[in-house]
Amino acid sequence: MRTPLFVLIWLVVGGVLFAGSVALGNDYIFFAGYVVLQYVVLGTAWNILGGYCGYVNFGSAAFFALGAYSTVAIYKFTTGDHAYAIAVPIPVLILIGGVVSGVVGFGMGYLTLRLRGSFFAIATLALAVVLETLVVNWDYVGGSRGAYILHPEEIAPIGNYIRYLFLIMLILAIGAITVARVIERSRLGYGFATIRDDELAAEALGVPTLRLKLIATTISGALMGMAGAPFPYYIGYLQPSSTFGLDYAVNSIAMPLIGGTTSWVGPLIGALLLGSLQQIATVTISSAVNLLIVGVILVAFVIVAPNGIVGLVHTYLQRKPDDFVGRRPVETDAPGAVP
Amino acid sequence: MIFSYDLLINAIVSGILIGGFYAAVTCGITISFGILDIVNIAHPAFIILGSYVAYIVNATFGLDPILTAIVAMPAFYLLGAAIYQVYYVSFEKRGQESLRGLAFFFGVLFITEVTLVLYFGVDYRYVEAPYIGPALHFGMLDIPLRILVPCLVSLLLIVVLQLILTRTFIGRAIMAVAQDQMALRLMAVDPIRIKRIAFGISIATASLAGAFLIIIQPVEPSVGREYIGRVFAICVLGGMGSLPGTVIAAMLIGIVESLTSTFYGPSWAPAVSFGFLLLTLAFRPAGLLGR
Repeated sequence: MRTPLFVLIWLVVGGVLFAGSVALGNDYIFFAGYVVLQYVVLGTAWNILGGYCGYVNFGSAAFFALGAYSTVAIYKFTTGDHAYAIAVPIPVLILIGGVVSGVVGFGMGYLTLRLRGSFFAIATLALAVVLETLVVNWDYVGGSRGAYILHPEEIAPIGNYIRYLFLIMLILAIGAITVARVIERSRLGYGFATIRDDELAAEALGVPTLRLKLIATTISGALMGMAGAPFPYYIGYLQPSSTFGLDYAVNSIAMPLIGGTTSWVGPLIGALLLGSLQQIATVTISSAVNLLIVGVILVAFVIVAPNGIVGLVHTYLQRKPDDFVGRRPVETDAPGAVP
Repeated sequence: MIFSYDLLINAIVSGILIGGFYAAVTCGITISFGILDIVNIAHPAFIILGSYVAYIVNATFGLDPILTAIVAMPAFYLLGAAIYQVYYVSFEKRGQESLRGLAFFFGVLFITEVTLVLYFGVDYRYVEAPYIGPALHFGMLDIPLRILVPCLVSLLLIVVLQLILTRTFIGRAIMAVAQDQMALRLMAVDPIRIKRIAFGISIATASLAGAFLIIIQPVEPSVGREYIGRVFAICVLGGMGSLPGTVIAAMLIGIVESLTSTFYGPSWAPAVSFGFLLLTLAFRPAGLLGR
């Protein structure tokens, strides 16, 4: 399927989804749907580095929060004392958030990606703590007290503001899976796959591994930042300890791993499934329990079904992975491994 | 700012003492990550678990936290051995430790933390012991016993670990398994068994480190997260698999953190270890005492 057709189909699906939600007339759907779509973006972004290259990023929360806090900083800068004035439209904020997170991702990658993979993982884990320290000490964006962001009740053609935010996140999610799919089918994607399968062999064959890894880290970080940029407008009150919370990190890892990491379908399935499950569990049980559920499902999946739901479906259908998703082979095991 | 020498000296001494405690927190990582190459990012969660064991026993029976931790060490050892077995069968054997193994430990970290939150809530817990409160005074120098005692016991722990690693058969086998697993197999030693023992020991140290932690500061489930960056920074700076290197690096980071929090404010201290980690990785990945 050609990319424009792919985008068109998803735009139609998205449009139907939006129209359907409007027809239902309950704004809660938009509040819940926003979070699920945000996880689609985060999961897809994580998968570009984690699933395609095999490098684990534990700092999703840090990149997400970078996007969110660049929005806060711009908001404080543009509105000053007179509240209610949104000088910068959200799409611009998303671009800025993406650039900030992308640059930080590039810097982190440049310092740590030349070494063994685990060093990068550890560095990203520490990044969240350090950025939180910086934000807590930075009074301009609210410090540890947090920051309030005010948005208008209505916006011109769409109506209710939450519908506008939902629409933006919907477009962002479609954009993210399109980027993931384009990468997957390009030379870049094949390069990423060689890194994941055997980095040393790839290097020996002349694949510019460091450059590819840096590209992946930058794209992945930028997408996470883009997902975070509209967040302050959604939540209204941004506070460091929840924005840098472990739940973003664990969710953006769990969703691709549960869905399947080798194609764009996996994170999408994982995010839709786990995201909706969490929305339901938060309302019906409690928010701490739903995080526990995510942790348990993650551990169960990595042990029992290493290739995620997509892998399970493949095994069930006994089909070659080629005619199901993309043209890339499903992740191969180490020599002499038990399948 | 008025510069005061007794502030400086007090900061350095307390940094050294805290560094001794950091060495106990890190030595488990030195064994699992440095020697065995298992990226156990869940280690801080086990330390918090150790803190809570010390807290429960202390609150119900009034037992000394350090004594409790030593008694609890075999249980932690078994826990560690069991976790390694799961890790080996599910990931190492299939050659998937880099991505899914990491995710597994991350999940374990998360499950432990959330379970503790669900069970104990997010209130800060603390223990009671005779050495919590009083301090020694040497002129202008104040040494609180609640930091001195963990530091001394921790150094003792490191010495014992170092003796085990260099003088006993199991210890030498652990060092050997890091270098050449196949050679060990040819010597009729089961490398998986050795790794299981080593990982068990590394988790057993978390019991003691947890007791130290709750003696030094009140503990709530997410405190462990601050230690993730710190322990890996110390481990890398110390040269991965080296226990003496770990002690030196731990004290170095302890001193710099203590100076930072004295002269710039405690809220900046968490950034120190990250800075060290990045600088070490960028300029000397082998660490201070690395080969």
